Amino acid sequence: MTDMPHQYSIKELEQRANDIRMDIIKMLEQAGSGHSAGPLGLADIFTALYFHSLKHDPKNPDWDGRDILILSNGHCVPVRYATMAHAGYFPKAELLTLRKFGSRLQGHPERLRLPGMETTSGPLGSGLSQATGMALALKMDDVRNRWVYVITSDGELDEGNSWEAVMLAAKYNPGNLIAIVDRNNIQIDGPTESVMPLESLKAKWEAFGWFALNINGNDIEAIISAVEMAKAVTEKPVVIIAHTIPGKGVDFMEKDFHWHGKPPGHEEAMKALKELRTLQGKIRSEHQ
Amino acid sequence: MPEMHFKHDWSEKDSLRKGFGMGLLEAGKRNKNVVALCADLTESTQMHLFAEEFPERFVQVGVAEQNLVTVAAGMAAMGKIPFVSSYAAFSPGRNWEQIRTTIALNDRPVKIIGSHAGVSVGPDGATHQMLEDIPLMRALPNMVVIAPCDSVEAQKATLAMAADKRPNYMRLAREATPVFTSPHTPFEIGKGYVFRAGTDVTIVATGTMTYQALETAKLLAHKYISVEVVHISTIKPLDEEVILNSAAKTRHVITAEEAQIAGGLGGAVAELLGEKLPTSMARVGVKDHFGESGEPDELIKYFGLDAEAIAKVAQKLLTDHTNHKH
Ligand SMILES: [Mg+2]
Repeated sequence: MTDMPHQYSIKELEQRANDIRMDIIKMLEQAGSGHSAGPLGLADIFTALYFHSLKHDPKNPDWDGRDILILSNGHCVPVRYATMAHAGYFPKAELLTLRKFGSRLQGHPERLRLPGMETTSGPLGSGLSQATGMALALKMDDVRNRWVYVITSDGELDEGNSWEAVMLAAKYNPGNLIAIVDRNNIQIDGPTESVMPLESLKAKWEAFGWFALNINGNDIEAIISAVEMAKAVTEKPVVIIAHTIPGKGVDFMEKDFHWHGKPPGHEEAMKALKELRTLQGKIRSEHQ
Repeated sequence: MPEMHFKHDWSEKDSLRKGFGMGLLEAGKRNKNVVALCADLTESTQMHLFAEEFPERFVQVGVAEQNLVTVAAGMAAMGKIPFVSSYAAFSPGRNWEQIRTTIALNDRPVKIIGSHAGVSVGPDGATHQMLEDIPLMRALPNMVVIAPCDSVEAQKATLAMAADKRPNYMRLAREATPVFTSPHTPFEIGKGYVFRAGTDVTIVATGTMTYQALETAKLLAHKYISVEVVHISTIKPLDEEVILNSAAKTRHVITAEEAQIAGGLGGAVAELLGEKLPTSMARVGVKDHFGESGEPDELIKYFGLDAEAIAKVAQKLLTDHTNHKH
């Protein structure tokens, strides 16, 4: 698994993302708290990364040739847990311990509790700078072919720390850093553009010295191809602004900021699971 | 008790930050994984010595203290030993949550250097005179808090930090202060030392105040009061044994720090003695007040942090306690 041969078809990856969404719903219902919209929206990105783009070894999470993935918006960690379980980091049964006492699956990710977690996050705005530090350290050691990926939310771009990191990465251009912004246009208090306008987001990153791409963050093929593009750009660090639908795959959650920070109840979970089940096999046409 | 090794001549002055700068340069020579990051105060924090020698291992982050510590946390994750320097008012003053999450909870061996702590910063005034850093950092699990007493000890502390696997904070002062320890004076992270033996009252001091405590002991010797000076260079983890032993002997304990009296060394010692050996106590420090512009010596005196002021506190403690007994 260390070389991650590209053995999955797009269709298989889409099915995987759908299965991960179902696990997210089950986990959140069982936990009774947590965030729904973000993790569902990110399922395609996580699937594309863990099952296609990332170099990693679930049986040897500390492998020193691995790519690094930082989840800056730690509240979306259910999608990472679910994807890691699917990839073989730990048994899927453990997913239902999310947020419970004694669980390795903390409400927000803690590096020391779960191998493969890379860092502790939750307080927003610090992931990009940690990723930049990692990328710089690799560059100092002249390590090639190891990439540092960092996923940030759009809401956390309100944080000054985010832009401090944006400036530093452009200054040093470590050459191995890929940022992915989960542009789902919501944050806890409402739509991002009413809480704190971020547009023109692409122009902002470009003005700060980055190479920026807009993509459909729920299209696995587009995600994979954007990552390949990012690796080909060497003159600047690259940000992929991934436009995702918050709550993706569950009609009553999609694009509703009220689902940013709450879990489904039992009836809602049943309804969501049914929706996700019936979508299976039709996902690709859904996108078109 | 073995005699402490001090310098013969205490007239030479040097700054703690200079000792740090020399120590970091040496640490960089000893270990290629030592890296340094600064937030636009390279010369002021004496990090330029390292930056000039190892430009490829130095990261200038600009005036961005939150980035300073989080970039360092990322570098530590990849096996580096990052030293980050700024003024204590900004780091850990401004970036405390980032330190809490990405360094302390995350348990990354980042070495945070807070220069310009205390009122002896002088003319810059209250905004730049950090007095609250000790309680801020002492409250963090996993964090080691160090406050060396002079330039030579700051150098030793820096080398010890480079070899320590934990997150560390070291507080430094701007002003040149007397250098009284020698290369042979013992230093170890986590250990306190009896710098002067005495029988009547103990002064537990840290940072720049250890020198003042030693001067206090000389003043009080003329009044036939025997002062024991315990130097605490590591405020966390605290060397409980050296403090308890001294308190058991003298039964009177004064703490001295160039910082707020709330929650710092005085707080730590009060917690210890309160639980394990209730002892009559007084705390010397800045008393719930901000600093202001002035000359360092002038401010040290104004805030009651000089040897004469500590001597008065000691005499009052001894008198009050004696009166209580009757
Ligand atoms: Mg969002």
